[in-house]
Amino acid sequence: MTLDDKLFTVKYKPDEISHLKPDNAKCKKCKTKICTTICPAKVYEWNEKEKNLTVNFENCLECGACRIACTHKCIDWEYPSGNKGVTFKQG
Amino acid sequence: MTDNTKNNKTEVIVVGAGPAGISAAVTIARAGHEVVLIERGSFAGSKNVFGGAIYAQPTREIFPNFENEAPLERLNIEHKYAILGEEDSTVISYRHKTQDNVSYSVIRGKFDRWMAEQAKKEGVILVEETVVKELLLDGEKIIGVKTELEEYFADIVILADGVNSLLAKQIGFRKEIKPKDVALSVKEVIKLDAQIINERFNLSDDEGCIYEIFGGPMLGMLGLGFLYTNKDSISIGLGIGLDALCEKELKPYEVLDKLKQHPTIAPLIKDGELLEYSAHLIPEGGFKKLPKLFGNGVLIAGDAAMMVNNMHWEGTNLAMISGKIAGETALSAIRQKDFSEKALAKYQEDLENSFVMKDLKTYRNLMDEAHKRSESFMGYYMKEINGFFNMFTTVDSIPKRQKFRKFISDFVKQRSIFELFKDATSGIKLLWSILIK
Repeated sequence: MTLDDKLFTVKYKPDEISHLKPDNAKCKKCKTKICTTICPAKVYEWNEKEKNLTVNFENCLECGACRIACTHKCIDWEYPSGNKGVTFKQG
Repeated sequence: MTDNTKNNKTEVIVVGAGPAGISAAVTIARAGHEVVLIERGSFAGSKNVFGGAIYAQPTREIFPNFENEAPLERLNIEHKYAILGEEDSTVISYRHKTQDNVSYSVIRGKFDRWMAEQAKKEGVILVEETVVKELLLDGEKIIGVKTELEEYFADIVILADGVNSLLAKQIGFRKEIKPKDVALSVKEVIKLDAQIINERFNLSDDEGCIYEIFGGPMLGMLGLGFLYTNKDSISIGLGIGLDALCEKELKPYEVLDKLKQHPTIAPLIKDGELLEYSAHLIPEGGFKKLPKLFGNGVLIAGDAAMMVNNMHWEGTNLAMISGKIAGETALSAIRQKDFSEKALAKYQEDLENSFVMKDLKTYRNLMDEAHKRSESFMGYYMKEINGFFNMFTTVDSIPKRQKFRKFISDFVKQRSIFELFKDATSGIKLLWSILIK
């Protein structure tokens, strides 16, 4: 089962704008790009061509791991607006 | 005070309708005071994830009759401690059918929602789908909260906004949270017929079983797996120190996939259908990472205060009881009409007299030692336990004394005396701090 299959079981109501705002200037210089590894929903993907971080915020499980793990502490992390984001039915 | 302030003024605001927030709010409402409980999810429990179990005794302290009314899954009659090797495993099991202070597996989306509904019936004003963006301050004093839409004012604000508590951070009560202070947990709830669960785990209807899992794909890391039986599903997951995940560059869901494929675990979840995948952080910092717990017009409870006993896998109970004590502190402040930091210091005192702070203090050195010695305690010795039983149970016409001696000499050879000594020192230091002082 792929992660996409797993994420397919999660109920989301996406917000209009991203609640996750990495500082791309710092991301460009970041050697670890650890957010692309540890995020349990693969929200972050490094786009080598455009030299920026793609943020699939609509997949976010709102765990907060990226905020703490970020090498440069450069992710502006908020909760999605009320009623938006993930809804766990089986938590 | 402006008109707007008067209109939007209540006695107590509680942020976060999880076990801590609900316990605080219902304690205040029961004494006849006005309390507004603000939840960011579309219902209480909708943003919450845990292993699984809530504990009967502390839950009875908040909802005395919950065992007859709440949506419970199964009553846990068995705890299994499974130490996984690469392929093999050693499992210790404790089974007790008529234990008094039991635990129940629950689904948070149902159970927290039920608790919030009860709290509402008892007078709590529950406001859902509302994110508190920041705390409102008048100088040093917390005077209310700012949501996406408006400002609400209160004499006291209780923060029960969970492990990420952005509000505790805003007012500087929280020390910086480092990756080693949290575990990242991923979980899958897997649908299986109740009958199949009963057969696989040797249970009757409504009886449940808990697996606490060491080693396997987490060998050498500060990480633990868990499995809980629900009525007709199984919750399986793991929590690994975020520092270890970063260091080893591991994807948490891939580690969980490996755990699910382990020969001891795979048959338990075979042919199940994934109902829901989830993730959450677990506060692991313990006593040394507790935030400042009270200030002018503010109290912090539950995960927001990092109150988790990671040795015993307890969290919801610490949340409920710290919430209850926060509620009682708020009531005493209301009676004295004094919401100053000095008046609210009672919260810390009462926590210190309860199991909450006593237990956190008992295990204050656990995480430091566990981090230092994770490779040995969570790796080497786990492997050796399975190695011992492998040796002990193998019948191969080699004389037993020869086998024992080889096991002992290998044990010493594979690990330098210096390392063994460091392990022993660490173990004794830990035991001393747990048992003596």
